[in-house]
Amino acid sequence: MIQIIDLHKSFGPNKVLQGVSLNVKKGETLVIIGQSGSGKSVLIKHLIGLIKPDKGKIVVDGVDITRLREDELYKTRRKFGMLFQSAALFDSMTVAQNVSFGLERYSKMSQKERRKRVAESLAMVGLRGIENLMPHELSGGMKKRVGLARAISYRPEIILYDEPSTGIDPIRADAINDLIIRMKKEIKITSIVITHDMVSSYKVADRIAMLYQGKIIETCTPEAVKESKNQIVQQFIHGSAEGPIENW
Amino acid sequence: MKYQRLPLVFYGFFQGMGEVGLLFSRTVKNIFKKPWEKDIFLQQVEEIGVRSLPVVSMTAAFGGLVFGLQTYIGFHRYVGAGTEAYGGPIISLGLSKEIIPILVGLMVSGRVGSAIAAEIGTMKITEQIDALFSLGADPNKYLVVPRVLAAFIVLPCLTLYGDVIGMIGGFFYNVVVMGVNRFIYIKNTLLYLELWDITTGLIKAAVFGIVIAIIGCWQGLKAEGGAAGVGRATTRAVVIANIMILILNFFLSKALPASLGG
Repeated sequence: MIQIIDLHKSFGPNKVLQGVSLNVKKGETLVIIGQSGSGKSVLIKHLIGLIKPDKGKIVVDGVDITRLREDELYKTRRKFGMLFQSAALFDSMTVAQNVSFGLERYSKMSQKERRKRVAESLAMVGLRGIENLMPHELSGGMKKRVGLARAISYRPEIILYDEPSTGIDPIRADAINDLIIRMKKEIKITSIVITHDMVSSYKVADRIAMLYQGKIIETCTPEAVKESKNQIVQQFIHGSAEGPIENW
Repeated sequence: MKYQRLPLVFYGFFQGMGEVGLLFSRTVKNIFKKPWEKDIFLQQVEEIGVRSLPVVSMTAAFGGLVFGLQTYIGFHRYVGAGTEAYGGPIISLGLSKEIIPILVGLMVSGRVGSAIAAEIGTMKITEQIDALFSLGADPNKYLVVPRVLAAFIVLPCLTLYGDVIGMIGGFFYNVVVMGVNRFIYIKNTLLYLELWDITTGLIKAAVFGIVIAIIGCWQGLKAEGGAAGVGRATTRAVVIANIMILILNFFLSKALPASLGG
């Protein structure tokens, strides 16, 4: 479904991605792990055209999106929903306006249908009756869930989760993990999750890929990751300060 | 040693000019593309226009009063006692062509340019701009176009309103406070003040409106580095817009004909 081929990206002298290659299969949940600042967010922002690579290809359903014009990219973006690290709710809009924002642009639904879809999407993430609240009235966990409701409202084929469990308590983080699993089961969605939370990774992943020094150094199932012979992977998954990983 | 940084300063200046030019050309193209963000445009008309009325009223009133005062002193001292009533057209001309457009431009720049940079800058650092992209909205079309269009339309309206308030201020000081001849003051003002004089001020205000909004948006979209970055963007937006207003005012005064009458 998605093929990332030899992706390179630098910001000034800082080489963030140095030849990332990765395949994502339809319907699977791929978790990308890596240190903070390793380029995980940069990688997934490439997938919806927020960042243009210096070199390499991203093929989504047979189309190389790195060569698309802005208006063509718009159609490809429709396939993606994204849950941002900070939820990125529009703070001047109510919850309902936030959730219906993508619907207004990506669908031709009537206002009544949109209202129904907003309520359905909020119910899917376990929230009801909060349509008229403003983002500043929500807790961190609720914001993430509203962000997820917004991302799934127009029924995308792929959801990108940027650090879904960061900044919330372990119980709410686990509730978000359950939501990711439910999205996969209920709407057969393909998910790409980036995180450095290993508990979350083991729970939601079909496959785990590790990004280190701008490259994918390991891609395998959660069970295989635990048995990995790669010392860097072992140091990361055990959260040890001692080992081959430098620059922490 | 101190001259070594000079090329960098020039580089930054031309890079900035290029960025603003690209943003502006993209904004102009997007004005004609559907969907039109009518609700945001109307919100901005209220924000830039209606909410600026108190500050424009105050600055225009006191601008008119002080200009009336200095014109009165000038005529009294250099032309002679009894000639002060001939200052009416000068007050109206000076206010409508120069003082009110500049005062309105600077006031709106301080109030609105900073708010635009702060709002868009905050959206940038909290990933709301990325969220707009991911949800199928072009941030230029959604954020920049309504603000630039609203400022372009509203600044001339505020200036026209300021012209009226300023002229009342000048009239009040000369006629009510200093007791100059009301009929001569009004007759000369109507005789010598041309519609073009007022139009000149309105053209300048429209240009200042574009400058304020586009620089506010540009700085907001460039903001990075958390709250401090937003603060820097806000300050820069006001400083750059104010300098641009004063520079452009001179060139517009030079370029626009002084009068349309032969």
